[in-house]
Amino acid sequence: MALPKAKEDALAARLAALPALSGKGWLAAARAEALARLQAMGLPARRDEYWRYTDPASLNAPEPLPAKRFDVTDEAAPFDGMDRLKIVFVDGVFDAAASDDLALAGVSIERLATAEEKDIHWAQGIYGVLEARGQTPVARPLAALNSAFATDGVLIHATGRASKPVSLIYVHNSETSDAILHHCIKLDPGAELTLLENGPAAARFSKVMEVDIADGASFHHIRLQGRDHERRAVTHLFARLGAKSDLRSFTLTANGRLTRNEAVVELTGDEGRAHLAGATVGDGGFHHDDTVFITHAAVACESRQVFKKVLMNGATGVFQGKILVKPGAQKTDGYQISQSLLLDEDSQFLAKPELEIYADDVKCSHGSTSGAIDETALFYLQSRGVPRRQAQALLVLAFLAEAIEEIADEAIAEDIRARLERWLARHGSKG
Amino acid sequence: MLEIRNLHVKLQEEDKVILRGVDLTVGAGEVHAIMGPNGSGKSTLSYVLAGRDGYEVTEGSARLEGKDLLDMEPEERAAAGLFLAFQYPVEIPGVGNMTFLRTAVNAQRKARGEAELSAGDFLKVVREKARTLKIDAEMLKRPVNVGFSGGEKKRNEILQMAMLEPRMCILDETDSGLDVDAMKLVADGVNALRSDGRSFLVITHYQRLLDHIRPDVVHIMAAGRIIRTGGPELALEVENNGYADILSEVG
Repeated sequence: MALPKAKEDALAARLAALPALSGKGWLAAARAEALARLQAMGLPARRDEYWRYTDPASLNAPEPLPAKRFDVTDEAAPFDGMDRLKIVFVDGVFDAAASDDLALAGVSIERLATAEEKDIHWAQGIYGVLEARGQTPVARPLAALNSAFATDGVLIHATGRASKPVSLIYVHNSETSDAILHHCIKLDPGAELTLLENGPAAARFSKVMEVDIADGASFHHIRLQGRDHERRAVTHLFARLGAKSDLRSFTLTANGRLTRNEAVVELTGDEGRAHLAGATVGDGGFHHDDTVFITHAAVACESRQVFKKVLMNGATGVFQGKILVKPGAQKTDGYQISQSLLLDEDSQFLAKPELEIYADDVKCSHGSTSGAIDETALFYLQSRGVPRRQAQALLVLAFLAEAIEEIADEAIAEDIRARLERWLARHGSKG
Repeated sequence: MLEIRNLHVKLQEEDKVILRGVDLTVGAGEVHAIMGPNGSGKSTLSYVLAGRDGYEVTEGSARLEGKDLLDMEPEERAAAGLFLAFQYPVEIPGVGNMTFLRTAVNAQRKARGEAELSAGDFLKVVREKARTLKIDAEMLKRPVNVGFSGGEKKRNEILQMAMLEPRMCILDETDSGLDVDAMKLVADGVNALRSDGRSFLVITHYQRLLDHIRPDVVHIMAAGRIIRTGGPELALEVENNGYADILSEVG
């Protein structure tokens, strides 16, 4: 079917600004297929069902809007002091000098840029494959664009228990950088891996991460999106889970002009478990969008979506979350909660929770709320001598607690609480 | 200790006058009770003293040890030594009771320029005070007042009072919702805190609380004013005859 003229023009303009498809062998084929998918879909537009609340214009544009880099000087970098394997990307390009040696017990790690030299590669079964599966029933053109044009990223194959976390660090250097990164992660049966991500990455950042989690494997993902005020980012997590496997993903977002985090999770084996959580704090010109799609395609799987946003001074939060229970996916336990705390009347939260269930023996619940800070609780704390600002921070942290509790590592959770406390001390509603 | 002069207060939004010239002086170490029918302005008085939003003072003053209370933020009043035990203690999901207590104690110490209590010292003190109020470790761990029974909430108020060591304590209908045993426990907690340097203002509908917390002075409040002041016998008079006689006397 032909694309509408406007979509056709937008896509042509974007493609004209991108380099020709590169690569050899298996990766060239995967890229060509991704480009074909993109050409069939076109770029997202406000009229598309899942883009009504978020304007994709700056993500679609041929050139990124410039974003000043923001040097954090008032606190230590995230995960500082943790024993981890560091892989650094500067404006979307692997930085060998700043990265650790890519050798880790229980895991093999390769750069995407070198893997394409090989004729056969395990990532063939994943690269663009999980992304393509995630294109129905909801189109995700920016993910297809990523698969077609990404030239860097990492391929991580966990064969056993990783001896320490792998930490991806995204440095933003150039004011006009337009980074595209694509990672593939494969966990063999019973393997265990923790992946950490942090940093703003670029003026405009597109990232796709495809994760294949085999039976009994466990993948723990913790992400801190950088504090840069002006950056824009669109990220996709595509995950496929086998039987009795475990996915936990937590994201903290503070600042950034525009962030769209999509997660597409498919539970394909019995008794799999997927927990997705996000804590977001936004001040002023801030737009944050969590778009989540979880498919239960097996028996007795559990999924949780816990997304909390604190918004002030005109910030906007979006949540679009869906649980799809396929026929036969009995004993599904699905939970979804999205909540916002609006610290003034200028800020807004737009939520679209969805359940679609084709099995009759399931437990699914969802809730979405939007509210102001509890003035009675605030007064109660103040009457006990806690200054208003501190009392407010205490209540905000309490509001975010359920999302932060999804982090299994208590030291990281504690560090994130402390970061949020400092952030709240620096930011306050003017309303 | 506490000096209230000609205090007039109206609701900010409704333009409704609640207090119409309250005069009250509580000396150091004294226990005063305020009794009065529903809607007489007792709770409003306690909220205005603690600094709750939504009220407008149109006339008069309130001073704590000479300092102008009405000019201070609620947290400053607390640091100056004022404490209000709420009629309806507020539930705060997500904030642990222990964290809450420690934050409050240290915030006040900081405001007064004192060193913060270490985690260890704090724990020792809170455990000991909690024990006398029959507050167990489980209650200290739970979120503030969430899932607490009426009695547990009121005991938790007294625990906060014991930890914060205020100089002027206002108890707003602390007896409401309590059975006799719970009331006795709360009253014992209050009595343990009585000292020469600490004063109490006990707001209550009923005389029965005053059997346990013996007041030095009893005030009757009606229609936003204190209309009678006397000794403990005044509470008994109300208990026996109701408010009607006193109200008609004043006209």
